[in-house]
Amino acid sequence: MRSVLIAFACGLVFALGLGLSGMVDPRNVLAFLDLAGAWEPNLMLVLGGAVGVYALGARQVLAWPRPWDGLRFQLPTRRKLDPRLLIGAAMFGVGWGLTGLCPGPALVGFVGGSADIWIFVAAMLVGMAGFSLFNRVAPAR
Amino acid sequence: MQLLPLLASLAGGLLIGAASLGLLALSGRVAGISGIVGGLLPPQRGDLDWRLGFLAGLLGGGLLLQALVGLPDGVSGSRAVLIVGGLLVGFGTRLGNGCTSGHGVCGIGRASPRSFAAVLTFMSFGFLTVFLTRHMFGGLL
Repeated sequence: MRSVLIAFACGLVFALGLGLSGMVDPRNVLAFLDLAGAWEPNLMLVLGGAVGVYALGARQVLAWPRPWDGLRFQLPTRRKLDPRLLIGAAMFGVGWGLTGLCPGPALVGFVGGSADIWIFVAAMLVGMAGFSLFNRVAPAR
Repeated sequence: MQLLPLLASLAGGLLIGAASLGLLALSGRVAGISGIVGGLLPPQRGDLDWRLGFLAGLLGGGLLLQALVGLPDGVSGSRAVLIVGGLLVGFGTRLGNGCTSGHGVCGIGRASPRSFAAVLTFMSFGFLTVFLTRHMFGGLL
């Protein structure tokens, strides 16, 4: 139960951060991605602020023997660049640029009642489930 | 450029970083939205509750935002673009092991080379896609 409450609280604060930063509005994201237009640098501050806090804190936290409510830290172990990483990131970048939506803001925006965002989220979940099928046929080495 | 939106962006970023750091320190997990949600498709026994808790937090945060400041009521672009974009974001983030949060915040925050490569790739393709859709083939989509 404690792990659920922790996750809930982190998800809630995460969503509020997305809202305060303006990331939930795809127009702001597209304005950031539009280098040749009226470029809005705000997203650099969002990312910079988030990475700054995380980098400073993670250095302390990862020196602990274990997380406060867990047996061990569960971090990605893969180190090498591979085609999957780059092709996946490229596909994500195209979808992000087409819509101005990435998974977090889309899910937060989901409760706002916009049919556009519902359609996007439905397609995104289909894409994720589709990957699970694909990964069963062609698992990563 | 106005000061207030820039400060809001920075403050929002700090909150996102704090929420992600909280999940690492308390539960030892990476706050990657695509990974957290994608791990529910299909659901795995024993690994369900914290994912649902985080998702509930995101949606709950969305409801708070909707009540306090409102959420975006639509996305520019046709339904076909939303569907293609959603499929690409869903499949691509799973294939590439992360999105703006997992790679952009947590991965960069831990100085992971894979995340640097992923962020460079999805940002580049995001910039390129917006350039093509807004400045080369504007109005076609």
